Amino acid sequence: MSAQTVDLPAVPATWKQRHLLDLESLSAEEIKLILDVAERFRPVAVGARHKLSLLSGTTVANLFFENSTRTRTSFSLAARRLGADTIDFSPSGSSLSKGETFIDTAKNIEAMGVDVVIVRHRTPGTPHLLSENIGCVVINAGDGPHEHPTQALLDMLTIRQQRGTIEGLTVALVGDIAHSRTARSNIWGLKKLGAHVILCGPSTLVSRQWEDEGVEVSYSLDEVLPRCDVVNLLRIQFERQLMRPFPSVREYATLYAMNRQRLERARDDILIMAPGPINRGVEITPDVADGPHSVILEQVSNGVAVRMAVLWLLAGQTSS
Amino acid sequence: MTSRLLIRGGRVIDPSQKIDRVTNLLIEDGRIAALDADPEVDARVIDATGKIVSPGLIDMHVHLREPGREEDETIATGTAAAVAGGFTSVACIPNTEPPIDTQASVEFIQHQAARADQANVFVTACVSKNREGKELAEIGQLVEAGAVAFTDDGSPIYNPELMRRAFEYCSMFDVPVLNHAEVLELTTGGVMHEGRVSMILGLPGMPSEAEDVMVSRDLRLAEATGGRLHVMHISTAGAVEQVRRAKARGVRVTTEICPHHFTLTDDSLRRFDSNFKMSPPLRAQSDVEACIEGLRDGTIDVICTDHAPHAREKKMQELDRAPFGIVGLETALGLVITHLIRPGILDWPTALAKMTIHPARILGIDKGTLNVGADADVTVIDPDVRWTVDPAKFRSKSSNTPFAGWELTGRADTVIVRGEVKFVAQ
Repeated sequence: MSAQTVDLPAVPATWKQRHLLDLESLSAEEIKLILDVAERFRPVAVGARHKLSLLSGTTVANLFFENSTRTRTSFSLAARRLGADTIDFSPSGSSLSKGETFIDTAKNIEAMGVDVVIVRHRTPGTPHLLSENIGCVVINAGDGPHEHPTQALLDMLTIRQQRGTIEGLTVALVGDIAHSRTARSNIWGLKKLGAHVILCGPSTLVSRQWEDEGVEVSYSLDEVLPRCDVVNLLRIQFERQLMRPFPSVREYATLYAMNRQRLERARDDILIMAPGPINRGVEITPDVADGPHSVILEQVSNGVAVRMAVLWLLAGQTSS
Repeated sequence: MTSRLLIRGGRVIDPSQKIDRVTNLLIEDGRIAALDADPEVDARVIDATGKIVSPGLIDMHVHLREPGREEDETIATGTAAAVAGGFTSVACIPNTEPPIDTQASVEFIQHQAARADQANVFVTACVSKNREGKELAEIGQLVEAGAVAFTDDGSPIYNPELMRRAFEYCSMFDVPVLNHAEVLELTTGGVMHEGRVSMILGLPGMPSEAEDVMVSRDLRLAEATGGRLHVMHISTAGAVEQVRRAKARGVRVTTEICPHHFTLTDDSLRRFDSNFKMSPPLRAQSDVEACIEGLRDGTIDVICTDHAPHAREKKMQELDRAPFGIVGLETALGLVITHLIRPGILDWPTALAKMTIHPARILGIDKGTLNVGADADVTVIDPDVRWTVDPAKFRSKSSNTPFAGWELTGRADTVIVRGEVKFVAQ
């Protein structure tokens, strides 16, 4: 590996964020800055032979209280490509099973000289509580059904690359809105960047109250599909549902799965996205997931770039 | 030798006798001896100039945690917190470990309360044996031991047949049934009120309907049996409206509210702080407004605290793991004065009635009055003192309050229990 440099944009003095906890509280300018920086990192993100030294001497801890393969790997790669050291913490081998509170655990990790904590947890607000209790930079990698800011950022980066802009586009988020952190982060991010957002899914998983937040709510995918520039298919989070909110997976797929037949109703240039992991055959059929409209793998590549941008913006400037 | 205490020059407000005038109150040998007493009488004098002299406040909904959860609170620390908050009497809720469902356990509480020698403690006992919601506890025996009301609080009385029987059986002894109204299937996994804020935060919700549906059932059963229902910690617009209508048609129902349900909304959960997690949860602004209207028009009879201490290590957890409940004894009076009386929502006599004679009548206890001959339980209130809520100064063993740092006006100045001064503000 060879160290190389990247032509990074000047960070405006208005960037004051210390943590990345949610997109609800970020401004459009701050979101655009992250996307612009991510764009510059993209060649390094996808080229495995490159490594930067922007975060050398910085230690990044993955504190994942909930399972994850994609997000954790993506954050680790992002940190390493910036030259940071990374450590992984998984609760199974930890003292959490011995009754230690998550704040104690985080404080112990902080005491070992960690600079950045990337936290995933099943409970909304846990990253916010950590940010108040430890001195490290805290990045939310998904807090229950609340937010998953880097996922929405990589979704938006992907849309912007494909369409040049987000403003004025119609983006449908389809499926289990109630339990989806990806949905919440996308709602705030897309709205701030000027997109029209449609939430679509069964009435038991899509609250009409979202209309008060300035988004459209629909229970019919077939009705909204012809108007969409982008459809983002969210995974049904069976593990978070206490009582299954629809009669059967078969019925769900009939109404909401993106298949070739349904795709014919859509515009020729529609983008099909999914945050993964996907239940093939439930939210999306394999032919569509692997078809020409799908940008699912671009999303994954962009994930590393977005996370590099977030790490650099939050930790790169203080450590350098 | 006779011991005399003269509370001189205060504004004496006793809603039980519709008294509200500046005068002198004389206490002799632990009892109220005279109103409008001679100011020069030979007695120890407490100068109450500029202060309110009220019958000792009563909190009819307090979790003292002993026996079984002494790490959260004990009868000694809980009653010390009570007097510091201006309460001379508390009714303790029987969801201890073991629960209070036998004569022996009632007597244990009474014994510990006597030993602590702070506030008076009245015992509410379980409706069902072992608080299991299956069969009636020995209610007659418990009444004989001194239990003043019956509740399975901590849990709702769930089985409607048990509720019906409890109403019928408690009627024989003229004691009320206190129910925590919650349809559990509607709140499973819930952390906060279900509404706009829970939707945005992705936190599992507890809809208002969970309270409304259970209150509806309880009112119908109380009406059918002639039993006495007391709806605990009311929090929804729907429940307030149902109680209002039921009272109008003669159902024997009373209800209570906690200060957090008229001062805070679900928006507070945006801080993800478990000190804002309680059951029933903090509701929407429209519910708060309906509750305030219920306080104003008399639908809501009582202000209580649902004082629910939890040790710090239990509350310092993720929101879904942290237990429900907050402490309230040492903040309630200040919140009532600051947020109900000073803004003109309630006048002093109306507010004090909800903390004195109303709970006394519901529980059938000989308290909450300054009648000559009554136990000399008196709370002298400084209505103007400004103070900041500092949990580090609580006498309660626990500090799980959502009001830390709040600026309040008014608090207990001197608290007298059966003629003895138990608390003087520093």
